[in-house]
Formats: sequence, structure tokens, C-alpha cells
Amino acid sequence: MAFSTTIRQAYQDELAGLRTAGLFKEERYILGPQGADIEVEFPAGADGRPVINFCANNYLGLSSHPDVVAAARRGLETHGYGLSSVRFICGTQDIHRKLEKRLTEFLGTEDTLLFPSCMDANAGCFEAILGEEDVMIADRLVHASIVDGMRLCKAMRDTYKHSDMGHLRDKLIEHQDKRIRMIITDGVFSMDGDLAKLDEIVALAEEYNAMVFLDDSHASGFIGKTGRGTHEHCGVMGKIDVITTTMGKGLGGASGGCVSGRRELVEMCRQRARPYLFSNTVAPMIVAGTLKVLDLVFASTERRDRLEANTNYWRRGLTEMGLDLKQGESPIVPVMLYNAKLAQDMARDLFAEGIYVVGFFFPVVPQGAARIRTQLSAAHTQAHLDKGLAAFRKVAGKYGILGKGKREITEMYGK
Amino acid sequence: MPIDKQMILDYVIREYLEEDDDTEITYNTELISGGIVDSFSMVSLKRFLEKKYNIQIPDADATPEAFDTVNSIAALVERFVKA
Repeated sequence: MAFSTTIRQAYQDELAGLRTAGLFKEERYILGPQGADIEVEFPAGADGRPVINFCANNYLGLSSHPDVVAAARRGLETHGYGLSSVRFICGTQDIHRKLEKRLTEFLGTEDTLLFPSCMDANAGCFEAILGEEDVMIADRLVHASIVDGMRLCKAMRDTYKHSDMGHLRDKLIEHQDKRIRMIITDGVFSMDGDLAKLDEIVALAEEYNAMVFLDDSHASGFIGKTGRGTHEHCGVMGKIDVITTTMGKGLGGASGGCVSGRRELVEMCRQRARPYLFSNTVAPMIVAGTLKVLDLVFASTERRDRLEANTNYWRRGLTEMGLDLKQGESPIVPVMLYNAKLAQDMARDLFAEGIYVVGFFFPVVPQGAARIRTQLSAAHTQAHLDKGLAAFRKVAGKYGILGKGKREITEMYGK
Repeated sequence: MPIDKQMILDYVIREYLEEDDDTEITYNTELISGGIVDSFSMVSLKRFLEKKYNIQIPDADATPEAFDTVNSIAALVERFVKA
């Protein structure tokens, strides 16, 4: 069938519908490397505008670190550009296995398997390790990639209210007839920035004989005293059965992800996980760059300490000026605005003030819970933070929301 | 067996609303398209109905449309109870 005029029109109508509903996403072009100071071309064709980036997952500020770039360049020279193969045919080099061993050491697990991304790790691992006689019990705010992975798995699916341990307990009791119960959670929830109650989750898992799955993508490298992740922060290192995480955020920000955990579960993924079996290996230069990132993270906590200090300063500044924040301890700091148009308007005005942030609204977050998600980085300086705070004060003042809570903001702007 | 809509409504409130959520839900409230129940969490509601009425609702019939309001859920359950 050709791409007929009728078919084309149908797609055009659907895209027009997204625009009308305010759901159309447009890319903004960054003219240079990722960092705290970037130049952005937006809208397309406009002159580049210098802005401070408050929406990257560049938590440790390593995305363009000279040592990481140099290590990646060396990797390119010693191990080539690509491998033209999946891992199990001829796509595994010495450095792939070396990185897996380093990640195992870093995460405090038994073994690790690299994936092209954490999206792929999440998409592949449930199907590889669970079957029809098992049940997956997920927090209702887990990342979309986990939802996709659960959909691909034949095990029964269930959910519990976000971080509600009573509800989780009910579900564990209800599913005692299953062979395996797997509790599934993010470490840091990407839209709210709060941390999973992993210590309580592990206690429930022990009480009701369940396994624990943790996606620590928004935690690896900086949550916990030495940055190992949410399991370190909650004192349950070694007690998580499966950890997935990414090298695309704090750990250098390029790409790649992994499944790490119990030796047998990792081996099942090596044998059965389809994104591992049918997708190309991680490029050697990214492997070499990530090895350097881990060297830096193992050598010093200075970057995660600075990130923590920046987060505290930023959170305190926004709170003191009277903005309504989601409470949490992570470098994801959501400014709650509740109304989708208000979130978009404020993000646009902040951009004009030289502050790059993005508004999030339904269906990315629940209806009536629109927000601007700000993200801190160890690369932010005091001057960056102060300029960001001044811009928020000015723009929020313009919209009259300083000192206002949910009820007052929704009365002014609607849900 | 008559379909107890109030029982379904009570389950929806207990299972899907947070304790501090004062959203008012009626038999006609759009649960899925209104963002109260996501299609993924719908599974527990399906299982609850199957246990309560001793029926099997095939996945093909457990659509987001069929589960969108308490009224449409009751109509769906009634079909299988009669069958």
C-alpha cells in the first residue's frame, strides 16, 4: 500500500491534534557540548541564546569532563569506532567485560551485563527472568521503560500506590500463591524526585519472600554517602536482587545501561534478554569513557558532595521565596504549578531570562499536577544558582504565585 | 447476581486514590481517560471483579473503554455473569 493522500492526511490530523492539545514536543538545538552554560537555538533558525541549564541529567557534571573526553578518545584509538555486532557473536571486547566488573564492584552486586541503554535493560530483563507462574508488583510511579518491560513479560502484573508500604504489604499477602513475587521500584522517582523507601521494601521482601528490582538511573553516582545509589543511602547494599541503571545520566551521560545483581539472574539476561541478544554492543569509546567516569567516582566524593550542597542551596532558595516544591532529597527539584499552561508559560519566560527549564504536564505527570522540574548539577556554580533563583523570583512574581500553595494557585489558574 | 456498583466504586476509591485525594467519583466519572486509573493499574480492578463475581474477563474485552466508568464496568461484568 502506498503512502496515500488519505493516510498522509490522517497522520497530519493526528499531529495537528497534538499541537492543539499542547502536547507537541519540539527539540531545542544545543550549539556545543553539554554543560551548565550552554547556547541554545530555539525556535529552530533563531540565533543561539546563552542559558544556564537546569534540566539535564548531568548530575555529576561529567558529560564534557576533559578526562572523560580524553579517555573516550583513547578508547576510539585503541578499540575502534564500532564492532558491527551484537555482544554474543563478535561484539565483546576486553573493555566491555572490564566495565561490567567495575560496575559490579561499584553497585555491590554479584555480576553485571551491559545493555545499549537502561531502557533496553528494563525492556528485556523481566521477560528473561520471570514466567507465567510469577507476579510483578510495581510502584505506580515507576519509569515508562519498566512499564514497557512488564508488558512484554508473561508474569502477572500488579501495582501499589506510590511508596505506600501498607498497600505493598496487602499485595504481597494477596500473591502468596505465586512462585516468585518481584517488587519493582525506581530508586529516585524521575518526576517527583523522592527516594524509594528501600529499607522498608527490603524488610517486606524478606517477610513475604519476594525479590526486589531497583532502577537506580537517577541515583547512580551520587545518592548515598559514596554515590553507589539508593541502596547505599538506605543501608541495603547487597540485598537488592536486580539493579538496572544507566550510563546516560550521572555516569558520563553518553549512553548505555546495565542489569546488575544476582549472578544467575544476570546470566538469564545474557541468555534470554532480547535487547541484549538482538541489538548492537555498546560502542568502545563509550565503554572507555565510562571506565574513566568510574575511576573519578571511586577516587573522590567531591562531585557528589558539591551536588548535594547545590541541591540544598537551591531547594532552600526556592522555598524561602515562597514556591511550592515537591519534598525530597535528590537533585530533582520539582516546582509545583498544577496548571499545564502556567507551567509552559513560566518555562518560556524563564528561558527568556536565560534559565533553561521545561514544564511537565499530563500525561507525563498526573492530571492537575503540572510542574517545572529543575535538576541540579555539580557543574553549577554559586553564580549559576543565584542567577537561577533571581529569575524564578522575577517570573513567579509576575504570575503572582509567590507564597501561594496548591489551593490558591489552582483557584487563580485552574487545574 | 445483581451488579453492586457501589461496591465497585468503593474499591476504585480504596485502590486508586491517595488518602488525601478528595476527588469526587461517581458512576459516570471517567476513570482511565480522566487520569484516575492508568491502564496499567487496571489489572487489579479486573482481578477483583473476576474473583468477586467468579467470572473470567478475556483480555480482549478488558479494554480501557470498557473500564472507563463504574457504569461501563458494571455493564461489562453483567455480560459475563449472564454468560
